[in-house]
This record gives sequence, C-alpha cells and structure tokens, in this order.
Amino acid sequence: MSLYNIFDIAGSGMSAQSTRLNIVSSNMANAETVSSSTGETYRARQPVFGAVLQDAMSSQRAASKGVRVLGVVESQAPLRQEYSPQHPMANGEGYIFKSNVNMVEEMTNMMSASQSYKNNVEMLNTAKQLLQQTLKIGQ
Amino acid sequence: MATTIDSLLGVHEQALIYRSKRAEVLASNMANADTPGYKARDFDFKSVLHNLNTPAGHVKQTNSKHIALDKTPASVSLAYRIPISASLDGNTVDTQVEQANYAQNAMDYQASLRFVNGKISGYLSALRGD
Repeated sequence: MSLYNIFDIAGSGMSAQSTRLNIVSSNMANAETVSSSTGETYRARQPVFGAVLQDAMSSQRAASKGVRVLGVVESQAPLRQEYSPQHPMANGEGYIFKSNVNMVEEMTNMMSASQSYKNNVEMLNTAKQLLQQTLKIGQ
Repeated sequence: MATTIDSLLGVHEQALIYRSKRAEVLASNMANADTPGYKARDFDFKSVLHNLNTPAGHVKQTNSKHIALDKTPASVSLAYRIPISASLDGNTVDTQVEQANYAQNAMDYQASLRFVNGKISGYLSALRGD
C-alpha cells in the first residue's frame, strides 16, 4: 500500500528539515564568537540534502523514497577581521576574527526550513485521513 | 448472472491504486523541495489509462513459469515535470504546484473511495433484498 510509504517520506522530510533548523540555530548562536586565528573561528554551516532512491534497477519507474542529509559543509566566506588590541582574544598583531555567519541569510533559511517542515506535516495528515477513510470501505 | 467482486468494482479499484501511487510520488517531490539537482516527477495519466485499456495486455499463460504482464499503474514509467521557472541549484520542484496536485489527487482518491462504497452498498442491498 503506497499510502503507507508517505509516512516514511514525510518522516524523512521532517527529519531533514529539523536537522537544517538545528544547524541554523547553531549558526545563529555562534554568530558573535571570536577567536584569535582563522583556523579556530566558527564558520557558518549548511546541510546538503540528497534524494533517497528506491532502488537503482527501477529508477525509471519508481519515485524516490524521501530525503536525507548527505553532509554538512562549512561556508568559505571570508571571516570578519577586526583590529582591537585591547580584546583578550587578540593575536600578536592585535587582530580578532569573528565568525562569517550572515544573520539575514540564517533567518530566511530558518523560515524556509519551518515552512518545508509544515508542508511535510500537512502531507502526512492528508495521507492519514485518506487511509482512515480507506479502512472504512463498505461500512 | 456471474458477478465477481472485481467486475463489481470496475475501474475504481485500479483508480484507487493509481491515486495512492501518485500521492507517494507527489509526496517525495515535496520532501525533496530543497534537494539540489532533484527533478520533480509525476505520472502521465493518459499513458496509465492507455495501459489499462489495451487488450494486448491479456496474454495467455500456458506455463506456470510465464511471466504475467504487469498492468498496474506502477508499471507505467514516471515522467519528469517541466519546470515553470529555472532554479540555480537544478531543482525542478515547485512546492505550490506540488501542493495543488497533491490536494487534487487526495480529492480524486476520496471520489474513487465513494464510488467503491456506493457499489458495495448497492451490492449489499441487492443481497438483502429489502
């Protein structure tokens, strides 16, 4: 019964979107972190999604079975370098490095993730209603 | 009058299977709305209907090892949706389009359910004779 598969698909979507929300919140929490070298500074992270294929042999016929997080990549945008010799984290030349998290980017990312999450929830609810009605056939 | 449950339900049984398959395909489209490079897919209703109606599908099986022709809606190849607008990451899922299709498909499924229910209740009242 393929309506049952929707539970798996919507579940995988919700799981992927909540991972994305998690990463966004981690980025926002670390937006103002400071360090004394480029290697130690927090860089904004992004999840990379990939479709789960049903099986390679019948890819022409079958749809994908949902979505999963393939990995997390760090942003290569330049860090914010500031000259502040009084700062306790300043390096020998008096520079501090702030993370490259872009708050506007993160906010839009968060809204997109929560909308997609809601989409998956609605999809699951509809499938559940259809299944309940199917169980009542002939009554 | 020989009436089997299959001939009673007619095309509505196949319609229910097709709608549930399509719901799955549309659900995976929506789940992959943010997947880079994902191409949205859907059934071509015309070819599904054609597949059900072709008489060539009734192949005689004279040996138990003969493979029966797969006439279910799932045996029809999935097509790729033509995107309305291009996206930077190669994803062709338009969430609004998918949502609308999903809603329509759910309504169609309920319509098929209603037909099946009507057939069954008609059959039951004929059996009871009241």
